[in-house]
Amino acid sequence: MSFLQNHPALLETAYDATTRLLRPWRRWLRRGGATEKLLIVAEQVGKGAVFDCRMCGECVLHGTGMTCPMTCPKNMRNGPCGGVRPDGRCEVLPDQPCIWIEAWQRAARMPKYGGGIRLIQPPLDRRQQDRSAWINDLLGLPDSVPQGWDE
Amino acid sequence: MKSGSRLERVLHSGRFAVTAELNPPDSADAQAVYDRALVLASVCDAINATDASGANVHMSSVGVCALLTRAGYEAVLQVSCRDRNRIAIQGDLLGAAAMGVRNVLFLTGDGVQAGDQPQAKPVFDLDSIAALRMARLMRDKGRFLSGRSLEVPPRIFMGAAANPFVPPVEFRAQHLAKKVEAGADFIQTQYVFDLARMRQFMREVCDLGLDRRVHILAGVGPLRSAKTAEWMRSHVPGVVVPDDSVLRLRSVPADRQREEGKRLCIEIIRELREMPGIHGVHVMAYRQEELVAEIIEEAGLLPRRAEPEAARRVEEKVP
Repeated sequence: MSFLQNHPALLETAYDATTRLLRPWRRWLRRGGATEKLLIVAEQVGKGAVFDCRMCGECVLHGTGMTCPMTCPKNMRNGPCGGVRPDGRCEVLPDQPCIWIEAWQRAARMPKYGGGIRLIQPPLDRRQQDRSAWINDLLGLPDSVPQGWDE
Repeated sequence: MKSGSRLERVLHSGRFAVTAELNPPDSADAQAVYDRALVLASVCDAINATDASGANVHMSSVGVCALLTRAGYEAVLQVSCRDRNRIAIQGDLLGAAAMGVRNVLFLTGDGVQAGDQPQAKPVFDLDSIAALRMARLMRDKGRFLSGRSLEVPPRIFMGAAANPFVPPVEFRAQHLAKKVEAGADFIQTQYVFDLARMRQFMREVCDLGLDRRVHILAGVGPLRSAKTAEWMRSHVPGVVVPDDSVLRLRSVPADRQREEGKRLCIEIIRELREMPGIHGVHVMAYRQEELVAEIIEEAGLLPRRAEPEAARRVEEKVP
């Protein structure tokens, strides 16, 4: 599936389309209901296959070059770290490439959301693990960005 | 002045700053810290106390900083996100500031696999950039991450690390911009051996205008022997030692390699002093504090202005 990830501009369009498709249904969306269960399965299957999604519940894929930051063993949301090996492999898992190299390279090829990689991602709300990121995105999470964070 | 730290004053005045790394002992004895600090104190503006570097357990950075501030030394607390979550880090910042620590370096931290206890649970609740922004929130807005108000915010000079030598090199300057945006006041880089790469990185940094927003201290240190150089580049995460540096050491007999490594380090410092945007050096040498002192002296970076604690206290009280 990394074929898809290597066409980040395509995924960016898909992200846009999905958001537009789901937004009108917002008023029927509810946390904890059957819809969330359904969406969770859809996210596990869909984003799992394409992005190796870890279900953090606060999806920022479009701001990280369509590369899941939770697949970084240090769970960095603002990577890369300084430990990347000279051959571009991960410090912690030398068998895999540093996902943040891919993230920055892919972001550079995303005309619409590519600039998002320069934004500072706030700390994760760990309670959202295994919840639906789509519902969280559409309904908004209270306190997901700390007061005064962006000032 | 954001912090009133001596390091901030030196950098603010435009002088070339020198910081040095103190490697915390595997000991519960305060004297072990003071022995090392004594060697470094007169040759640098601030002493970094590493925080379980390479994921190996040593005396904690907070502990070392507590001892250093008690004796009137200028300390740089290192905070790694590997071992502590956001609750612990915010508490440590208040505690450290209360003890008189005025400089804090925020790091994501090496993975636990690099150290002697790879069985440990890695925390990584935050990364260095989120930690920087969190600290800025505390210092400048007087708030915890939760929004709760602080009675007295920690006055700290905030630092971050940079490694221009590992991939993705083409994005490293932009990533540094993120750290500056998050709140970094100063930067201490990974060991510089590849001067050509450093020059390229600094050109990009200056093009982004970052040299006017942050003080960059270039990391330097001696290679003790060709063997140590080989070991460092294969075992210490993020350290890049180019082949020509190793070859240069190997070209002299084993008993003269230490001297050659020192000479190489001094040459690098001299080059860095002339590089636009570099405001100081950060000297690191694992458990070789005497060698660090020799290097700083022979590189012509002395005298550092002697500034006894008593004088500083008086100065701070004067409005």
